[in-house]
Amino acid sequence: MEMINWHTCFFLLFALISCGFAIAIVASSNVVRMAFYLIITLGSVAGLFFLAGADFIGAVQLMVYVGGTLVLLVFGVMLTARSPFVSMRTGGSQWILATIVGGSLLVILLQAAFSVENWSGERIVQTTSAQQQISPTSTKIGLSLIGLRVDQLEQQDETLRAGMSGYLLVFEIISVHLLVVLVGAAYLARAKRRPLKEPSNSKL
Amino acid sequence: MNLLTQPVGLTHYLIVGALLFVTGLVCMATKRNAVGVLMGIELVLNGANINFVAFGSKYLGTAHQCTLGLDGQLIALIVIVLAAAEAAVALAIVLSYYNNHITVDVDKADELKG
Repeated sequence: MEMINWHTCFFLLFALISCGFAIAIVASSNVVRMAFYLIITLGSVAGLFFLAGADFIGAVQLMVYVGGTLVLLVFGVMLTARSPFVSMRTGGSQWILATIVGGSLLVILLQAAFSVENWSGERIVQTTSAQQQISPTSTKIGLSLIGLRVDQLEQQDETLRAGMSGYLLVFEIISVHLLVVLVGAAYLARAKRRPLKEPSNSKL
Repeated sequence: MNLLTQPVGLTHYLIVGALLFVTGLVCMATKRNAVGVLMGIELVLNGANINFVAFGSKYLGTAHQCTLGLDGQLIALIVIVLAAAEAAVALAIVLSYYNNHITVDVDKADELKG
């Protein structure tokens, strides 16, 4: 009997959880349940990131996405949850159209996914998991955000090396973008005070 | 038991990403609640993120020189930050719309229709 690959086992577990709850999001019409299913889906996507060796991205997904963005979304659900809007159903014809469009897109994407198996040439022989080098990525990501690519030091090609100069400008752009967007969001969502009308008979 | 003994490849991740993308797209198309449409957008962005991380991973049986390497993870990080910004401003728009019209039905938001 062959040995069970535990990496594959956990991948299948997280993949089934994320795909199943993603389909549950589409099938459900209750917006509170949709928010809960979305939390489970994004949490198991973080598990998939950990299994792909992206430990820092998985942690960021858990902290920023599940802990920040989804809490924002849940607050949006709670602030707008009046009885007719909690559960709004879609008409049958729209369901049929969306299923046809989504199914055909899924067929195209799955064909692309199955044809990409050999995109990198031959498949390298998998070593056992104990022999693989575990390399945490948070130091490399942090250094490349300030402009140092420590993971590309062995790059010999000078023309390729010029294009790998780090992500400092991108980091600045997204941080200023996030600041501007949050200020704009706070301005848009502020509580508007209605102007107090002067009583018309005050001068009488 | 064949599925449990073979190693995970790039294709497995691409299938999960494609399924999340399609479910997000259908969610965006069919939900009438504006917050539901936002949840569809989050699903689409996560499907794209899975593809980026999978193409950048060196544990998925691809030759090491051909992966995106750290670039895939950095793009995924940027997408996460942009998704947070997008969710914040879209939720502010939804709340403003709710305050003015006392509804979150996107079908009713046709005041600007020509």
